Amino acid sequence: MRIEPKTGNTVAESGCFRAAPVIQPDGTCVKPGMMGFVSAAVTGAATPHCCPATPPRHVRLVRWPVFAFNAVMQDSSSPAAEAASSLDDLLLAVGRRRDRAAFAALFERVAPRLKAFLRRQGCDAGQAEELVQEVMLVVWRRAELFDPARATATTWIFTVARNRRLDALRRESRPEIDPGDPMLVPDPVEWADHRLETAQSAGRLRAALDDLPPEQADLVRLAYFEDKPHTTIAAERGLPLGTVKSRVRLALERLRKVLREPS
Amino acid sequence: MSLPTHHPGDALLMDYASGSLGEGPALVVASHAALCPGCRCAVAEMEAVGGALLESIEPDPLSPGCLDRLLARLDEDGPEPPPPVRRPPAPQRRAAADGPLLPEPLRSYIGGCPDALRWRPMLPGIRVAEIPLTVGSARLIRIAGGTGVPQHSHDGVELAMVLQGGFSDAFGHYLRGDVAVGDDTIDHRPLADPEGCLCLSVTMGTLRLTGPVGRFLNPFLRL
Repeated sequence: MRIEPKTGNTVAESGCFRAAPVIQPDGTCVKPGMMGFVSAAVTGAATPHCCPATPPRHVRLVRWPVFAFNAVMQDSSSPAAEAASSLDDLLLAVGRRRDRAAFAALFERVAPRLKAFLRRQGCDAGQAEELVQEVMLVVWRRAELFDPARATATTWIFTVARNRRLDALRRESRPEIDPGDPMLVPDPVEWADHRLETAQSAGRLRAALDDLPPEQADLVRLAYFEDKPHTTIAAERGLPLGTVKSRVRLALERLRKVLREPS
Repeated sequence: MSLPTHHPGDALLMDYASGSLGEGPALVVASHAALCPGCRCAVAEMEAVGGALLESIEPDPLSPGCLDRLLARLDEDGPEPPPPVRRPPAPQRRAAADGPLLPEPLRSYIGGCPDALRWRPMLPGIRVAEIPLTVGSARLIRIAGGTGVPQHSHDGVELAMVLQGGFSDAFGHYLRGDVAVGDDTIDHRPLADPEGCLCLSVTMGTLRLTGPVGRFLNPFLRL
């Protein structure tokens, strides 16, 4: 993948492919373009069960609306323009131009949600605000590594916050997938050029989360907000592990379905 | 190269993506994902679930001045952001051409060369090396060709990922990249392939030997 200098468009080169967006333990995101090229052996390989043989149907070619992005670039100094900008645009402006106004606008929109998220995860107000600042500092430093072709800005910031929280509260390192690892088995070539998450699919995902049956929504809430792996949930709820696993599977089937709908 | 056919499963992948999984099992899941594009894709989808939850939560306003304090910290931070930390490339010092190729993040934990670890015999044909983690530990297990691990079940959950060679149990044949998930519902007796097996293993909970010999050995094993 390369960035087209004039437009800022991401353009995939033939034979190149993407990996999942990966946030390193220090909060860095490694661009999938570092991955290298597809080998013949891999392109012919079977696809595992948990992902479709063809890319999810919702994914589409990465073709950024040039005019929209340029308009944001020109007007980014005016507060009104920033209020109208998408979070992706703001994060891109921070990454590409170290744009402090865009960063401030991003902070205003994301930080209160980050604080609420961290408080739900058990932080007190002071602790949450301190962590929010640390997370946003990592966002400032690493914004240039944000790749909108792989995730929305909110998802990228979620992964930064997740890793900072593990580091700060659990004092644990997070073993991260490294897309630059020469040992990594690359994505099948037919997945190249596809977006995993778009603004539209993110909206549908939020709606689908609201519609989950209570027993499935409960598991998602416990995992993401209360830091509880499914084994702990099974023990605490007095449920057989198999029941918890099948509820998680049902919930994720519903969520994946909306992620993979065509936009 | 064939892709893995035994996967950690949705529940563990969600635990990993949400951040609720402990470091040991997360090491197994991430190392498996390095060899499994499908599970990488699934993790990315579950991170999108995290993003959607963050987006839909009711905002909690920050105290006044928080943004100004942060902007002041940006100034201290200097104009040039530090370059992303890159891990060293795959080690070139593999002793033998047929040595195990360790994926990240496992390679960073053990330095790329399993032979350099301290191995201790556990049972005839089975040797174990501890991998220290920030919290707790994981293990590499080497099983000689044709050796069976005593029949056992688990109070918690055992994750075993094949790095080299393979093994079989009642549930199938496990090769490089495959993850066997053993929990309290499973009583199994893995048997190593003729060429032997190198596994990364993490136990969440206590391992219980259940066979006639295994039950006797139970107090002596620290698996």
